[in-house]
Amino acid sequence: MAHAPDILVTFALGSCVGICLYDPHIKLGGLSHILLPDSTSQKPVSTPYRFADSAIPLLLRRMESMGANRRFIKAKIAGGAQMFATVGNASLSNVGQRNVMAVRQALAKLGIPIIADDTGKNFGRTLYFNVEDGTMRIQSASKGEWTL
Amino acid sequence: MALNNYNDLNEMQLDVLREMGNIGTGNAAMALAEMLATPIDISVPTVQILDYEATMESMGGPETMIVGLLLSFDGDINGMIMFLLEKDFAHMMINTLMGEDTEVFDPEDPVSNSALTEVGNIMAASYVNAIASMTNMRINLSVPDMSIDMLGAILSVPAIHYANISDKIIMIQNQLQGNNTSASNRILMLPDVDSLQKIMTALGIEDL
Repeated sequence: MAHAPDILVTFALGSCVGICLYDPHIKLGGLSHILLPDSTSQKPVSTPYRFADSAIPLLLRRMESMGANRRFIKAKIAGGAQMFATVGNASLSNVGQRNVMAVRQALAKLGIPIIADDTGKNFGRTLYFNVEDGTMRIQSASKGEWTL
Repeated sequence: MALNNYNDLNEMQLDVLREMGNIGTGNAAMALAEMLATPIDISVPTVQILDYEATMESMGGPETMIVGLLLSFDGDINGMIMFLLEKDFAHMMINTLMGEDTEVFDPEDPVSNSALTEVGNIMAASYVNAIASMTNMRINLSVPDMSIDMLGAILSVPAIHYANISDKIIMIQNQLQGNNTSASNRILMLPDVDSLQKIMTALGIEDL
């Protein structure tokens, strides 16, 4: 989490998903980087920040405790790529897609709208989240960079 | 105590993995030299149990460009093997294989890709055969999939797959030299944990 004018970064997202939450009124931003869709397979949940369903509510709660208002918070998400084309293992091949779906579900459940979505495809992304204006800049290795 | 995690490996079991790494690397060097029709020198490999963070740092950070080849194996044991080749070395291999002298390595070129995939195939088979012949197991190897991208993104694939088992990986590192190019290559061995137990049992190495 950071206040303006900081920039939050997560390097080289593959099948993982980066979730930027932003409250523009107080310029507070939070960035979460999840590896897996849901925490229900892990009991007890010892690493909640790894899972979409547990990490996002945690981040939101922390932002609210710092004065953010859920009604103003919007989300931008990126990542969830499929790095290798056809892996024989089905559970592995679509994990990026399952991560993205879980992130969308978790955000919908909390009533947070997604205003930018750069997910899927087959390349890695580094994500820079500018807390000054809420923009998300994506850098890829071979496809250039862009801002959302 | 049964193996639950790569961390549980004791020194003796690590030695076994080192020996497999040695034999596999020797096989791979011979196969590569034959394929490239050029002598390939290979150093004695190191085998380490590392976490992902340390692996990435030792290779120049998460945004380092790398050629990743991923294969899965099944049969008596299951798991994955991942090769991480430095781009320069991959480029040298393509040039040697094709008898060309291209200045830049084009990751989109389908011929280069299939050449690299073939290299991955041969190298992976070298390691898998080392395990199979030591343990008398039957192991089938898949065709490799390739991705040329940032190291962190490529490593996220095994990291996610094994997230609930281990934060560590078994890494074999060797130095390959050929055609005036020297490169440090990494092979990540990712057997499922119960398969690792099977390998140890097959070799008669129980816990001490």
